Amino acid sequence: MTRKLFAMSLAALLIMAFTIPVMAAEKEPYKIGAVFSVTGRASFIGDPEKKTTEMLTDQVNAAGGINGHPLEVIIYDDKSDDTDARLLVNRLIKKDKVVAIIGPSLSGTSLAVVDLVKKYKIPLLSCAASWKIVTNPNTKKERHWVFKTTQRDSHAVGRIYDFLKSKGTKKIAILTVTTGFGASGREQLIRLAPKYGFTIVSDEKFGPKDTDMTVQLTRIRGTGAQAIVGWSIGPTQVTMVRNWRDLGMTNIPFYQSHGFGSKKNIELAAGAAEGVFCPMAAVSLARLVPDDHIQKKVTMKYNQDYEKRYGEPVSAFGGNSWDAFSLLVDALKAVGPNKKKIRDYLENRKDFIAQSGVYNFSPSDHNGLTKDSFEIVVVKGGDWAIPQ
Amino acid sequence: MEQITLSNQIVQYVFTGITVGSIYALVALGFNIIYNATEVINLAQGEFVMLGGLIMVFFITTLNLPLVVGFILTVLVVTAIGALFERLAIYPLEGASVLTLIIITIAASIFIQGLAMGIWGKDPYDLPAFSGRTPISFLGAMIQPQYLWILGITIVVVILLNLFFGRTMVGKAMAACADNPEAASLVGINVRMMVLFSFALSAAIGSIAGIVITPVSLMEFDRGPMLAIKGFAAAVLGGLGSFGGAVFAGFLLGVIESLFAGLVHSGFKDAAGLIVLLIVLFIRPSGLFGSTEVTKIKKF
Repeated sequence: MTRKLFAMSLAALLIMAFTIPVMAAEKEPYKIGAVFSVTGRASFIGDPEKKTTEMLTDQVNAAGGINGHPLEVIIYDDKSDDTDARLLVNRLIKKDKVVAIIGPSLSGTSLAVVDLVKKYKIPLLSCAASWKIVTNPNTKKERHWVFKTTQRDSHAVGRIYDFLKSKGTKKIAILTVTTGFGASGREQLIRLAPKYGFTIVSDEKFGPKDTDMTVQLTRIRGTGAQAIVGWSIGPTQVTMVRNWRDLGMTNIPFYQSHGFGSKKNIELAAGAAEGVFCPMAAVSLARLVPDDHIQKKVTMKYNQDYEKRYGEPVSAFGGNSWDAFSLLVDALKAVGPNKKKIRDYLENRKDFIAQSGVYNFSPSDHNGLTKDSFEIVVVKGGDWAIPQ
Repeated sequence: MEQITLSNQIVQYVFTGITVGSIYALVALGFNIIYNATEVINLAQGEFVMLGGLIMVFFITTLNLPLVVGFILTVLVVTAIGALFERLAIYPLEGASVLTLIIITIAASIFIQGLAMGIWGKDPYDLPAFSGRTPISFLGAMIQPQYLWILGITIVVVILLNLFFGRTMVGKAMAACADNPEAASLVGINVRMMVLFSFALSAAIGSIAGIVITPVSLMEFDRGPMLAIKGFAAAVLGGLGSFGGAVFAGFLLGVIESLFAGLVHSGFKDAAGLIVLLIVLFIRPSGLFGSTEVTKIKKF
């Protein structure tokens, strides 16, 4: 009797052991990787990118995954370090065997991995600014496996210059920080000026940890410039606006780069930022753009979801990872987890409405955005406003 | 459009240079106080400045304390941190070489930055200016009232330091340790205690620099190292260990940078200051006010 019972329970156990996993198993998960600068000097970029990616992954899986396949995203932190980024991308490719990679967050970390993804033939969607990430500066050709979401510096410069031209400006002064960001902006400011018929009457620089830009501004004051374009990120972009106001130079309009687009900067400037112009992507302006704006719906949803989940406002950086993630999910939905097919699909993707703009990729453009993905805004009453 | 004359511009450059130089001078003084007592170059000096600014932000913005109370509390807290730093990182290593101790200060610098990043995050913080933000017009230059505070407080600190080292028993004892630690201990001065005092005092001066500069340039967790480099350059230029030299060299460095940026090229202003430093060291290896004999017996 006991033996029979034992045999029966053993059989029951065996049946359970074999059937339960089969019953519970869904379709095989799609695995994608992400490398962001969550800590280190650029954590203000990587942190919202990671949060956005996690939020969107949960949303995709809650909605039943991609064609029934759950989505698994492996996120690594490169600590804003080029070497770490390389090691982690290597690990995503070889150990985790992902089908595509989002990130890295910075121009430096992205450039450090472009040859790796070429070697292992895997699509990469960088979230960083430099045009060199997608275009090989030597051959001037697009890198086969690399795409990127963020606007280029030249888009921001182009948008500012369009606006300045409409105001009848001829002579401009530029004030740039001596970091990669500032140097790249300066390059574009100088390159595009002749195309708009502008003369750069003053080309001033300052260090990223400088405490005062009064000297540079005083110099600009003596040159008869009709507008100042400042290009930096961090505390210096606040200091220069304060100095500009202190020196009584508000009769010369001040333009900032797209790096200025955070409400925090207006607060830190303690009133000094009134009247400052800057280009911004629709993602940060969701509530401000008119209802018929093509990005109104997607940006509003992202803003509301993010604020609800994290209790903080969105940033343009998070928007860039939203774009990379959503493009990749779109590709997976269309062609499944095939590296080559994903790449081919992305290269021909048109009219993809996202946070940083509307993407139109092509074999000769792996960025897919234009300068129209920026709006010019002005600081008014301590908030952003669309200039009249 | 209103044009600005060259002379007005130069007034502006010089005044900005003196203000920026005040901060270099305060940091350089901090270097010298510790150097005199221990021959250690405290590379965490810039962190005291950063902590001064950020702790002041906590007292003023978060706790809404009055300016004077916040000022005093901040200086006390940072002084305590300086003393704690000495007790935890320097004191236990009796007999360690100066080089070892300097490397430990680098570790402390990184540690304090990491701690500050954990507490305050990476965003810059602002403080209200001590007496408003309406600029004052002076000989055609526009000057923030805060600049006058920076300059004034620097002068007060220098005077107080002079009185401290010249008139008080503790100050004289510290000066004695600076001249000759062995002889000082023979006449009954507690040299270890003086080392503790030097770290505390140096932290206090650093925190004052941080408090006065934050309303002008904001403060964030990783501001320290750059200020330490500039302050160190000023200390070396003035002659390591010389207080008068540090103050003079701090102002000189600030004005040179500012004039160079204004009149020649703003991209190379940091280089201009360092080139002057190199030239001076080439001609006078002990700095502008340093004594060659003293330099020979010091390890650094």
